[in-house]
Order: sequence, then structure tokens, then C-alpha cells
Amino acid sequence: MTRLAVPKTYKLFIGGAFPRSESGRTYEVLAANGTFLANAAKASRKDARDAVVAARKAVVGWSGATAYNRGQVLYRVAELLEGRRAQFVEEVRASEGLSAKDAAAQVDDAIDTWVWYAGWADKYAQVAGNANPVAGPFFNISVPEPTGVVAAIAPQGGSSLLGLVAVMAPALVSGNAVVVVADEAHPLSAISLTEVLATSDVPGGVVNVLTGSAVEIAPWLASHSDVNALDLTGAEELDWVDLQIAAAETLKRVLPPTGGAIETRSLERITAFTETKTVWHTKSMR
Amino acid sequence: MSIDLARTVVGAELSERSLRGFVLGLPGVDAVGLEQRAAALATRSIKTSSKRRALDTIVSLIDLTTLEGADTPGKVRSLAAKAVLPDPSDAGCPQVAAVCVYGDMVPYAVEALGAAHAGAGGSINVAAVATAFPSGRASLRVKLADTADAVAAGADEIDMVIDRGAFLSGRYSEVFDEIVAVKEACRRGDGTSAHLKVILETGELSTYDNVRRASWLAILAGADFIKTSTGKVSPAATLPVTLLMLEVVRDWHRLTGELVGVKPAGGIRSSKDAVRYLVTVAETAGERWLDPHLFRFGASSLLNDVLLQRQKLASGHYSGADYVTID
Amino acid sequence: MTFLDYAPAPESRAILNLRPSYGLFIDGEFVDGHGAPFRTISPASEETIAEISTADEHDVDLAVRAARRAYDRVWSKLSGADRGKYLFRIARLVQERARELAVAESLDNGKPIKESRDVDVPLVAAWFFYYAGWADKLDHVGLGPAPRALGVAGQVIPWNFPLLMLAWKIAPALAAGNTVVLKPAETTPLTALLFAEIVQQAGVPAGVVNIVTGAGETGRRLVNHPDVDKVAFTGSTAVGREIARSIAGTGKKVTLELGGKAANIVFDDAPIDQAIEGVVNGIFFNQGHVCCAGSRLLVQESVHDEVVDRLKARLSTLRLGDPLDKNTDIGAINSAEQLARIRELSDVGEAEGAERWSAECAIPDRGFWFAPTIFDGVSTSSRIAREEIFGPVLSVLTFRTPDEAIAKANNTPYGLSAGIWTDKGSRMLAVADRLRAGVVWANTFNRFDPASPFGGYKESGYGREGGRQGLAAYLASADARTALAPRASDASPARSDALPTPEDAKAGRAAKSRSVSSRTESSTRKGSAR
Repeated sequence: MTRLAVPKTYKLFIGGAFPRSESGRTYEVLAANGTFLANAAKASRKDARDAVVAARKAVVGWSGATAYNRGQVLYRVAELLEGRRAQFVEEVRASEGLSAKDAAAQVDDAIDTWVWYAGWADKYAQVAGNANPVAGPFFNISVPEPTGVVAAIAPQGGSSLLGLVAVMAPALVSGNAVVVVADEAHPLSAISLTEVLATSDVPGGVVNVLTGSAVEIAPWLASHSDVNALDLTGAEELDWVDLQIAAAETLKRVLPPTGGAIETRSLERITAFTETKTVWHTKSMR
Repeated sequence: MSIDLARTVVGAELSERSLRGFVLGLPGVDAVGLEQRAAALATRSIKTSSKRRALDTIVSLIDLTTLEGADTPGKVRSLAAKAVLPDPSDAGCPQVAAVCVYGDMVPYAVEALGAAHAGAGGSINVAAVATAFPSGRASLRVKLADTADAVAAGADEIDMVIDRGAFLSGRYSEVFDEIVAVKEACRRGDGTSAHLKVILETGELSTYDNVRRASWLAILAGADFIKTSTGKVSPAATLPVTLLMLEVVRDWHRLTGELVGVKPAGGIRSSKDAVRYLVTVAETAGERWLDPHLFRFGASSLLNDVLLQRQKLASGHYSGADYVTID
Repeated sequence: MTFLDYAPAPESRAILNLRPSYGLFIDGEFVDGHGAPFRTISPASEETIAEISTADEHDVDLAVRAARRAYDRVWSKLSGADRGKYLFRIARLVQERARELAVAESLDNGKPIKESRDVDVPLVAAWFFYYAGWADKLDHVGLGPAPRALGVAGQVIPWNFPLLMLAWKIAPALAAGNTVVLKPAETTPLTALLFAEIVQQAGVPAGVVNIVTGAGETGRRLVNHPDVDKVAFTGSTAVGREIARSIAGTGKKVTLELGGKAANIVFDDAPIDQAIEGVVNGIFFNQGHVCCAGSRLLVQESVHDEVVDRLKARLSTLRLGDPLDKNTDIGAINSAEQLARIRELSDVGEAEGAERWSAECAIPDRGFWFAPTIFDGVSTSSRIAREEIFGPVLSVLTFRTPDEAIAKANNTPYGLSAGIWTDKGSRMLAVADRLRAGVVWANTFNRFDPASPFGGYKESGYGREGGRQGLAAYLASADARTALAPRASDASPARSDALPTPEDAKAGRAAKSRSVSSRTESSTRKGSAR
């Protein structure tokens, strides 16, 4: 006799909690073969707003943690992902209609990518920063710092976990807090990832994940004055030019879509969401 | 009187502890910023009528100095003659403020100045270095005797050195007390006093923070002038150090209404340099300080360069070394 | 007359050999523009200095085509070492003609000669020297081996540091292998045109550097020209925003250096005399026409009175007047328009209840002038505490604790620069960490160096100028994807008079957006993990 399974309720991840959409809306997530998988929360503009508020609150603590600490926390996430590997493989397989082998390859790549980024936390500043030999009696150093709140549209239409990791992890490395709109059609692994985050040491609000319509949510993130940067990697199918125009209102840093494939392990993706700060101090024996 | 003022400013009875607390509580000096400000002041361009005025002012602020082991009465007489008549070709040339000599040379200086000496109705002072100049390494008894001796011989001004050893080892009250004692030794029988210039020897104090602390200590102890250097240690006077000391006398004036002078000494050889000091004085402490009572140059070769420049301005062509007198 | 009434010490104008009129510099030659010419005047006397051409859309197109041709045929084929040699030549020529450039700059801009002579022009030479040496070392910029130039850079610069901003733009662009079309500000075109002569003297290949003069419309045409690959702009946040909007979807790489409202934080343990100098230098340098000016003095409440008293005493020694006099500290406001803005905001400050104090100084009869002014008792909500005045006006606010200082300093949409004055090293470093500003000066202010990256956070813009970061802004890594859509020039080589209009640009964007979508379908979804 087969046991009746207990299905999971998939919700949003905002400020470390798992609320339903304040709008009360959900949408059907279907498997590749069209069968029903789950009802996912359909985030509203107010959910996006709440996520930005939560992210802003989290920036100071996360960016203020030591780089070693951020690296450890991020590595811990990879450990937990590994522990739930089977679940992710199953979700990716069912949702994207991949073979078990391809699904496993994607999950493994995602975990390894996460580890790759975790290792950068206490190194990127050494590579992207430098001492400046100015012509005068000054100590002068340039260091990259997190931009602040980064809103990202995760790649849509497949590679749901790897795509999510590829936009989320690099922004986190430097100390940004993120609001990510998950792959609309394949949001399940994203929500499972947030469950991992919730049980890891990543402080609440550092990562916020919205599921639902990117077309509907993205403009609100692009125009939100308290968002510092916009990652449009997954926005190719959207009217991303309008999003970039909206982002110009507060001079947000914008990473436009890359025209298809994205480089999943990229130092440039880390530095894209950093600001170079140059500090001068006088230097004298007298 | 001065000690009462010091007590008021320090806000406590004067002790090692209170003096230490006071000088260490002074705001710091950022060396780069100070030097940058001095460099900016040095870019002032003083031309035509302003230059003429500046050159005459410089002459009137000079303490014409000879401080050599080889000094003789003859050398001092020659110096005094130059002080009285700096440019024999120009009767309109001002006299210098003072001649500055070792204590044993004071009688010769007084004699040589004659009617030009301040004590005889003239305007030129005789300044004597004292207190085991330049090192200051002698017992207090010897330093006081050195001072009293010079005053008794007719010195109008005493240029003392502080005990840099005591200062650098943090014995601030010792430095203070010694200045107070020397000041006392400057008193004459008639109740008047020789003016006291306190040499900090900034080249040995090394840091600007120390210069500021020593300046305050000297002023609190009753210095009439604070002076940069003996001229025997390099670096001697620099524009940044002088600027810093001018800031201290400015602040002292703001705080108490009292006027203290500043004397950079050593290393100022050209008119161009000296003009930069004038600018620094005028723009820091104020134009009021461009007066022999409040500012002096301790120099010897500077005078001839100024004379050459004066001759150039007067004649319109460049002059030469043979047209000014040596000494 | 007192000693402090220094006799006039004017720098001679005889060194300048100006022409009565200047054309555009396109393809190595001075040519007439097709727009209505305008006069550039001395803001200190309102006298006309020269007549200047206006580049209309056709002229801008000619300049961009010249730059493209020079890029395709000459500059991109040149070795880095040779590009560097041209830049070294330029640096030397700037040094040789330094006095002339300084006089021209002070005449046209109104800034004191001591600043153009001791700051602007020496930094211009330094900028070219610094980037000259980079030209053959691009592998070490940090973008991986063999990074590539972007192509044609369209550069628009402001009037506050005309020649220096030109150097900030042109030196890294050329070192990286780009060609440029630069538009100087309409009130200060003179030194850019003298620079064009230097480009000729240096023998730089025709078309590598093009200078187009004109007002905002000329700049707009340049920025929106479809054959421009890189846009670099220094100026107001409002215009920067417009540019960010207009280049959206075009794939153009952008650097924006915009406005600021920097806090200069003075702690109670500051080296007080140097802090006063730093505050003065922070806001009164170049008449406060500095995007990174320390326009908000945040002073610890316990030393507020002392600092303000000392500040007033110090300001009373500033000399306002003839920019060409070597003793002038405060020159002329650059234009009547800017003067009106400074006056307006100052009146607002007064109306909002802040206590206004201006240094007493004689204001010349002709020209545009504004006495150094302090507003005390300014609240954080006041317009003069929030808006960039871009003039010699300082707003004084107080704080009680380091946390409050940081909170107030960061409480602005801008984030270009900040100052910290304290003798406590650990506090300085911690405060510097938490200030949201691209440049933090500790116990100094307004220092610039070609080796030192400069640029803002938030609405002060993005990208850096100076250092290797400033060079990277003109490069793409070798493996970076090329432009998302074919260039207009590639698409229609015969395109002759198809000049861009804002509508065209928008249509172009839409087309590019579509082409992206179509490419997406064919491209793999998989990440290319290394």
C-alpha cells in the first residue's frame, strides 16, 4: 500500500519569514508534462516593497560582518544544499522536465558555484581594490564595497536553480542584500533554497525571494528609490529597456541582460554590485 | 601676575600633573595640512609698493646676529655698526631691531651702539643668548647666573633655550619652572626686566605636536617671545613651524588678550623667504604682529640680501655683493 | 594702506595668443560649425574672449564618423606603446604650455590663477603621464588578458574644471585605445580648443581626438549618436539621469560623475587649525564649483562655537577679485545663470531660518561674484542642506556622536565624497568604512591624483575616473559579449543623412530589445561554468 505524500506549501521569502503574498494570490506551477506540481505565491508590488524594506534593514549587518564570516555563512549554505541535494534534483527534474542525470548535473553545478562564490568573500576586495601611489604624503587606498540593495530578475525558463544561484550568490559575497524574482515557471527550487537559507546562518532580510510574474513585479523594483542596483540578467523576455529607463531615475547601477548564456562563475558579477571607495589620509612623521 | 594668568588658563594650581594634562590636551597638529597651508602662504606674490614696504619692514625686524666661538669685540663692533647704518648709501634705510650676541659680548655691543642703543635713547636693543646656549646643558644655577650676568652687562633681551631633554622625557613642569626662574633672573635692580625670548629648538623637538606644546608651556611661564631655534641645529626655522607658533600666539591673544612675539631664527637668508614670513605673520596672527615688539628675524646674511633688493627697487637695476658691506 | 592690501600682482595675458573665433576640431582640422556661433566671455569682466562655433547634428555626426574612421583605420591598429608615446607627448606639451593654459583657464572660467596654475594644469599633465604609461599594459588592468577598447567615446564635460575634466576623459580613453569626441561646456570652451592645438602639435592621427562645441543640444546629439560606444559625462545629476535614460537598451557603456552634497565631519579631537583650512578648502576652492565640495560642515556640538568663530576669522582673510591676480583666493562665479542659482538658494537658506554670515569683501562692479558665505544653524531638512548649491556657500550642522555624524552624512541621495577630521586613527577608519561616498578624505580635502580612483555612490553617478578603475571604464574584457545589436553603421554603411533624433533612438532601442529576444531563443540556457 502506497503512502499518501504530504505536499509542501510554497510561499514567499521576505525578511527571513515565509509569508503568503499579501494579495492572497497564487498561481499554478506545472510540471514539464503539464501536470500540477504546486500553487506558488504570486507576489504583488506590496510584497516587492516589503522585500526591499527587509533587504535595506539587513544591509548594515551583512555588509558589516567580517568577510571571513560572510564566507563561512555562505559556505554553510552550500553544505545544507548538499544535504538536500536529492530534493533539489527532484524539483528541478519535475519542473524542468530534465532527465535525472541532467537535473543532478544542474544541482551539483549550483552547489559548486555557491562554494566558488563563498570562497571569494574574503578575496574579491584584494583583487578589485588597490593601494594608490599618489604624488603626495598620503595614504591612499581603494576598496570595493557592496552597493546596498540589489534587485535581480533570475534567469527565466529553465536552469532554475543554477540561474538563481548565479545571480544571487555574487551579489551576496560583497555584503549586498538581495531581492530576487525567481524563475516564474520553475519557482520550486528557489523556494526550497530559501528554506535552506532560513535554516543556515544567513541573517533574515539578506536574501528575499519573490515568486510570481516578473513582468508585474520588475517595474516596481526598477523604480523603487531604495534599490541601489538592478540585475536584469533574467529580464530578456521582459521590456527590460523600460526597466533600465525606470532605474535611471535614481541612477541605479544596471546589469543588462547578456543576450542568452550567462557566465555563472564570474568575478565581474561580484564587482558589478560594488562601489569603489577611495580613502585618503595624511601621512607624516612630524 | 603671569603665573596667575597661567593658573587661570590651565584651570588648576600649576603642577606636573596639571601642566601635563594641559599640554597633552591641546589639539593635535596635522603635519601635512600645516605644511600645505605654509606652502600656500608662500605663493603670495608681493610686488611693487608692497615689496618696498616689506623690505623695509624686514630690516626693522632683524636681530642681527653673531654667535660664533670666534666672536671678538672687533667683530661685535663691526656688527653693531652695520645695525646702526645697514646701507651707507641710503640714509633712509631703517635700522635693525637688535644685535644678538653671546653674554660676554654684551658690553662691547652696548658700547659700539652708543647713542643708537635703546638704553641710550636709540632704538636698537642688545640681545644676549643665555642659559648655556645652545645646548642648555648646565645646572639651573649656572643658567641663572648666565642670565643675570648678561642682564647686568646691559642686555635688553635674553634669548634662553629650554631644556629639551626635560621636555622630551615628559618633565613639563621642570621646563616650565626653569623658564619662570630665568624670567625672574631677567629682572633688573630698578624693577624693570629684560625681555625674555624662549628658544624651543624646534629641530630637536622633532614633531609639530611638541612644538605646539612647548610654545604653550613657554607662554604660560611668561615668555615675551617664543623663538624657533638656536641656529646651531638643523632644521632651524621653517615656515610651517613659524606658522604653527604664530597660531599659538594668536590663540593666546584670543584667550587672554595678551601679546606674545615670535622669532624664527636660522636659515632665513633671502628676501624672498623673509617676505613669505611676513605674509604668514600678517595672515595668521594679524598685521599688528609686523612690529619689532612682536616679530623678529634671527639672521645675519638676510640683511644684505634685503639691502640688495632695496637697491634694485630704488635704482631699477640689479645690484651686486660689492655694493653692500660685509657684516 | 596696510601691508595686507597687497599691490596688484596680475599674471600677464601677453602669453595668450587667442584667435578672434574658433571652429570645431574635427578630423584633425579646425572647421566651421553649422550652428549659430556663440561668444565665450570672461565671467570676471563680462568681456568677450572669442567667438565659438556651435556643432549642429550634422557636425556631431561628422565628428563621430571621423572618430570611427580613425578608430577603425589607425588607432585600433596602433600598438599600445605607440599610443602611450602620443600621450607622453601630450603631457609634455601641456607642461610646456602650462602658463598659457592656466591664463586661458582663469580668463574663461573665472577661477583664481593660483588654482589653475598650481592645481588644474599640473594635474592635467599628470593625468596624461599616468595614462600614457598604461597604454601598453592593458593586460594588467584587471579584465583578463588582451582587453579590448570600446570604440568611439562621446564625452561631455562641465565648466568647473574645463581642461582637467578634459584630461580625465581623454587620457584614459586614448590609452585604452578608443577615439573620442568631446564636448566642453558652452561657458568654458577655450582650453579644449587650445588642447586641440596641442593634439595637432603632438601629431596625434587625425580623428582620434575631436572637439565639438555648443550647448546642451550638442551634447545630447553626441551622447545619443548611435555610433558612440561609450558615454562619459561629468555634470549635474539631472542631466546624468537624462543620459542614463537615453542610453538604456543601447549597450553603450557609461560613466557618470554627477552632483554631490558632501559632509565634512569635524570631531572634537580634530587638528583644529588644519581642519579649519580643510573646511575652507573644501567649500571655497574654485568658488565652490566642485562636485565633491564639502558643502555640509558637520561639526561636533562641543566644538561648534569655536569652529565657527575660527572659520569666520579665516574667511575674513580670503581675497576675492581678479582671477588673474596671483593673490586672489576667490575668483568669479562662472556665469550669470550660476550666480542666480547661488543667490536663490542662499535666499532660501535665509528664509528657512538659517543664520547667514558673509565675509566682508569688496565686490567688483562688473562680472559675477559671490562673497564666501556660511549658514549656521542649518537643519537637515533645509534645502541648503540637501541641494547642491555649487557655489561658495557652506551649511553648518551639528552632531553629538559618531553614529549621528554618519547618519547625517549619509542622509542624502548623493554619495560622492566626504571628509573626516579627527586625530583618532581607529575612529577615522571606522567612520570611513561607514560613509556611503566614493572618496573619503581624512584630515585633508579636495585632493586629486591620476592614480586615485574618483567617483560616486548613489545619485552621484557610477564608474570611476583615475587609477586602473578609470581605465577599465574604457575597456571590455576580451571574452565579454560584443554589443547586443549590430551597430547602426554596420547595419547600413550607406546611411548618410540618417541623423539620430530622440525618436530614432527610442525606436533603435526597441529594435535592439527585439533582437535580444530573438537571440535568446537560439542561445543556450545553460550557464557556461568555467
